[in-house]
Amino acid sequence: MRSRPGALLVGLLALVCTCAAGRAADAPIVLFDSAHHELRLEHPPTRIASLLPSLTETVCELQECGHLVVVDRYSNWPASVAQLPKAGGLEDVEIEQIVSARPDVVLVAHAPRVLERLRGLGLVVFEFETQRYADIGRNVTVIGALLGVPERAARLNRQIEDSVEEVAAAARSRLAERAPLVYFEVDSGPYGAGPQSFIGEMLGRIGVRNILTADLGPFPRLNPEYVVRANPDVIFISPTEAPHLIHRPGWERIRAVREQRICSFPPAVRDTIVRPGPRVAEGYRALTECLLRVAP
Amino acid sequence: MSVTRGVAAQPIGSERAVARFGKFKGWVLIYIAVAVLLTGVSLVVGTSSVRTSLGWLMSPAVLSDAVLWDIRLPRTLGAWSAGALLGLAGAIAQSVFRNPLAEPYLLGSSSGAALGVTLSLLVTETSLTGLAWLGQLGLTGAAFAGACAGITLTLALSRGVLQTPSLLLAGVVVAFLLGAIMSLLLLRSPETWRAMQSFLLGSTGFLGWRSVALLAVVLAVSLPPAGLLSRGLDALTLGEDTAWSLGIPLASLRLALLGLLSLTTAASVSQVGVVGFVGLVAPHLVRESVHVNSRQLIVAAPLCGGALLQAADILSRWIIRPSELPVGIVTACLGGTYLVVLLWRKAQRE
Repeated sequence: MRSRPGALLVGLLALVCTCAAGRAADAPIVLFDSAHHELRLEHPPTRIASLLPSLTETVCELQECGHLVVVDRYSNWPASVAQLPKAGGLEDVEIEQIVSARPDVVLVAHAPRVLERLRGLGLVVFEFETQRYADIGRNVTVIGALLGVPERAARLNRQIEDSVEEVAAAARSRLAERAPLVYFEVDSGPYGAGPQSFIGEMLGRIGVRNILTADLGPFPRLNPEYVVRANPDVIFISPTEAPHLIHRPGWERIRAVREQRICSFPPAVRDTIVRPGPRVAEGYRALTECLLRVAP
Repeated sequence: MSVTRGVAAQPIGSERAVARFGKFKGWVLIYIAVAVLLTGVSLVVGTSSVRTSLGWLMSPAVLSDAVLWDIRLPRTLGAWSAGALLGLAGAIAQSVFRNPLAEPYLLGSSSGAALGVTLSLLVTETSLTGLAWLGQLGLTGAAFAGACAGITLTLALSRGVLQTPSLLLAGVVVAFLLGAIMSLLLLRSPETWRAMQSFLLGSTGFLGWRSVALLAVVLAVSLPPAGLLSRGLDALTLGEDTAWSLGIPLASLRLALLGLLSLTTAASVSQVGVVGFVGLVAPHLVRESVHVNSRQLIVAAPLCGGALLQAADILSRWIIRPSELPVGIVTACLGGTYLVVLLWRKAQRE
């Protein structure tokens, strides 16, 4: 994962620079993104392009969905964004689609080629870090400042944190004695979610033990025998891979497989778990509900 | 005088042949010994320390039994079998196309297999009822079907097996075309990207006893006919016209050899994904070590390819343990380095 030493300051900078409540009506908005690029706008943007689902969701949760003019292909929540023009993904972004939507600002994750091209075309581009739990609150604050709705952003952040803590605290108390050992498979490589990943942070917060250690990195590709040796109590895995676990060499001896303690989620629910966005509490709820149901 | 020279030359020629055969047998024994040694090493290389693994060998328990005999042993035997199939496929490809850079994936098998796996993943994720049968095949079956489809398409495009340039061109076209379709599908479904990466970079992690059995059967079925056809391969190395004048039925010979090439490559790619360089390098390593005819190459290249992939598999799980590298990256590093050395030595000689 890329290190962004200054990223922690972004939220504060955003507040200091804009402080919309106290901002004079004609004062420009000055913000610094996660890569320390200065962004200066005379007015809050009314035409927004978002190239990441979690950023799209944040804009909509701040009740500014109506200002979105174009989104990426994977933005699928709330349902209203389905009507918007789609500009591909970060790997194959449709520059022409974005330019023709004439956005005042483009919200995007770290993607050097996309950023360079869009800035080269004179667009105002704001880059976000979207890897960790802390990024959620930070991005809500910054987008709130950018859109001139800092109070709503502060309120949304409180809601998110309260909901997450409520779910996590309830799960912690019910799982305290069991403290199940879990393995979250991101993909069938097999790649697992380590404690440093966003998903790993969620698991740690609800009081379960991850079979992966932090030194392996956020999403390590594992030797499958590592999982067999760790013998997790519960496995999180995609619904397509779940039926095949039993056929993996040696995996029939894993407790989670033997006793069918498997958690799989449909795509709509999985989105809330893997996207560091404002619906994170829903993701927590889905994780804990399954855990409480299947954990020994 | 010419008679005298002919008589005198006979024993010298046969002595050289006997010496070469002796050297060949020596190398075959070396390849077998290396494979046996690597099988032993693979039992103690994994997520546990070597000392712990040795302890497991001495005093078995339920968990150690699973790791040693259900995971590590089939994995290394599967890697050997897949490597052997790639070595055999490489030897056939280089002989049929009379091109030292020919490799098993030349006829579109890898791109066909990759497209098959992509479709299978998409079908199971999106529940496309029209293609539900593809999901039933599983990833291995889909890869095998895709590899066969890719090769069939190449043969159809080249309108037969006789023209080497059109075969190679058709292979390149099919590889690009199927690769583009796969990329297009993956763009629509980013969740399958990482799973596909595992396949495209090669993976020996999930080789079990079923995979070993399948690979071993295909190897056992492919080796005898390849050996029988090797006389034709010897004739082919002299040129197609010469082979024709020697009475070799060129069309049926090439068809049979390409059939074997397809079977061996498809079986390998379906079990371990796209592992590059083994099929390309194994025949070169054999030829560099000892002077061989086609029949001997058909025997030695699989042994060499098997040992190569076994070694790459051990390295892939040892270098950053308990994580592991995709085995295709290791074979590319090893094979690429070897080819660079080979080129450098050739340049030095010239």
